[in-house]
Amino acid sequence: MPSQPMQTSLSMPYKRKLAERGRLGRLLAEIKKNKVSYLFLAPYAIIFLFFTVLPVLISIGFSFTYYNILEPPQWIGWRNYINLFLADEVFLISIKNTFLLAAITGSLGYFASFFFAWLINELPRRIRPLFVLVFYAPALAGYAVAQIWGILFSGDAYGWMNGFLMKIGFIREPIYWLTDPNYMLPVLLVVVLWMSLSHGFLAFVAGLQTVDRSLYEAGYTDGIRNRWQELWYITLPSMRPQLMFGAVMSITSSFAIHDALVPLVGFPSTDYAAHTVVSHLVDYGTFRFEMGYASAIATVLFLVMVGTNKIVQRLLRKVGQ
Amino acid sequence: MKILRPSNLSRSVGGDLLNLFFLVLCGFLMALPLLYTIFQALKPLDEIFIFPPRFYVRNPTLDNFVQLLVMMGESWVPFSRYFFNTIFVTVAGTFGHVIIASMAAFVLSKHKFPGRNLFFSVVILALMFSYHVTQIPNYLIMARINWVDTYLALIVPYFSYPLGLFLMKQFMEQIPDSLLESARIDGAGEFRIFWQIVMPSVKPAWLTLIIFIFQQLWTMQGGVYIYSEQLKTLSYAFSQILIGGAITIARAGVSGAVGLLMMIPPIVLFIITQSNIMETMATSGIKE
Repeated sequence: MPSQPMQTSLSMPYKRKLAERGRLGRLLAEIKKNKVSYLFLAPYAIIFLFFTVLPVLISIGFSFTYYNILEPPQWIGWRNYINLFLADEVFLISIKNTFLLAAITGSLGYFASFFFAWLINELPRRIRPLFVLVFYAPALAGYAVAQIWGILFSGDAYGWMNGFLMKIGFIREPIYWLTDPNYMLPVLLVVVLWMSLSHGFLAFVAGLQTVDRSLYEAGYTDGIRNRWQELWYITLPSMRPQLMFGAVMSITSSFAIHDALVPLVGFPSTDYAAHTVVSHLVDYGTFRFEMGYASAIATVLFLVMVGTNKIVQRLLRKVGQ
Repeated sequence: MKILRPSNLSRSVGGDLLNLFFLVLCGFLMALPLLYTIFQALKPLDEIFIFPPRFYVRNPTLDNFVQLLVMMGESWVPFSRYFFNTIFVTVAGTFGHVIIASMAAFVLSKHKFPGRNLFFSVVILALMFSYHVTQIPNYLIMARINWVDTYLALIVPYFSYPLGLFLMKQFMEQIPDSLLESARIDGAGEFRIFWQIVMPSVKPAWLTLIIFIFQQLWTMQGGVYIYSEQLKTLSYAFSQILIGGAITIARAGVSGAVGLLMMIPPIVLFIITQSNIMETMATSGIKE
């Protein structure tokens, strides 16, 4: 009987402890129960955490330091970020260019990837691989791409575009397509768009093959009349996972445009007219040896992509409704 | 019951012809880099430097290839060695990636366990961080575990390339759970389900993935990680032949030949895998 009040005074923390052990215990039991799942995941997870996540975390850490690669990094807090937004005009130009390029080439490239994959899928099966190869060629060809566009948009009268426009009397003097800030971005938009049939495109080509054929037959009896209705009510909803994949790949590639621009407009481009966020990052990381600043740029770009991805995923849920 | 082929459903002949015409037209524009690479490899030196530049070749020659062979014969390490290195890195990296990423994608899409959504989100986020700034941390890690100047530094990080897991997971999500459930009732273990049911159903996905990874590994130069001459890759060896001041001009023809030769294996693989994608899925699609 006298032990009763003691028990009640003990019982509160004791209960909490029990509950905590219960939660931890339940998690452990849960993990034990799903042992097989974790075993399947383990090889990927270990390599991924070690060679992908860890370097990213270290980079984010660098973004709060002054780090010139030769000396150990010094902690400077938020100064890189403050300088980026308040004291770096070129960064603001690069943000503007990147948003412009990403908004146009990302969205149009995404639609083009699906559209061409779908059109090719309408062809007889025997000739499809050839067409897939031809449309994927710009992604396969590498350096030849820049050379062709270099000839096409060459700034002298012998460039094909200038030659053509002068022949039909549209212009009298050649236009410096790749060095004049007024023309640079439009030309680059075309080039990047032309190269945008890449990962998303092939995923769509493969995805179109996995759509359950019996759905089409069912749709036919339900009154689907033409290929457009079939596309919107059957094909697109069945391909939602591939559409998600294509969207993420479009975002990651269109916000990271840089490598394709360098052989055309040089690095840096005239008046920074074609400077992108990644150009800025490469400039500081590779040429100026300011890895801390470059890491801060990468972190900002990362956050922008994450935000864009959130919005796009929300839009994609409306497909086929 | 009337059996309808899907291509007969709601299609007009006029629409089909219009589609073909449109694709051929666009196809010419897209094929330019392929044609250019072929022409460039066959051009004699005077045509390479002709001004104004000409797209096609007038007097095709194999001189560039002969010259390349001579140069390859003079190399300090036998050229077959570079070739073998690249084949090894490419095959091991591609194979390992497809297996490891697919296994992870399988449980992420078809099993329910704590941490699964979190892990997948982190993989997607990893796609969005610029690799330009992670190169230094990566090198520091490789140096710490003594993997510098070994193939492990080139191959192992590719096993966890986020793109592959993402692609495989998206395709595996479409497999109906009932299909796996009935296999479980029949007493199949998880690995057997993965290997004999899941992987065959998503064949188009991993054939596509093979193209992506092969393309990357085939042109990989090894960069900062490999410094022993015997371990260098084909792509690196070719770049050593071609780069360097005046040599760049003198060897422009050889450079064209190299460009064409390096493009052939990815293209052959591309045609094989794409034909396979079309063949295997011609009649079925993923269904219960």
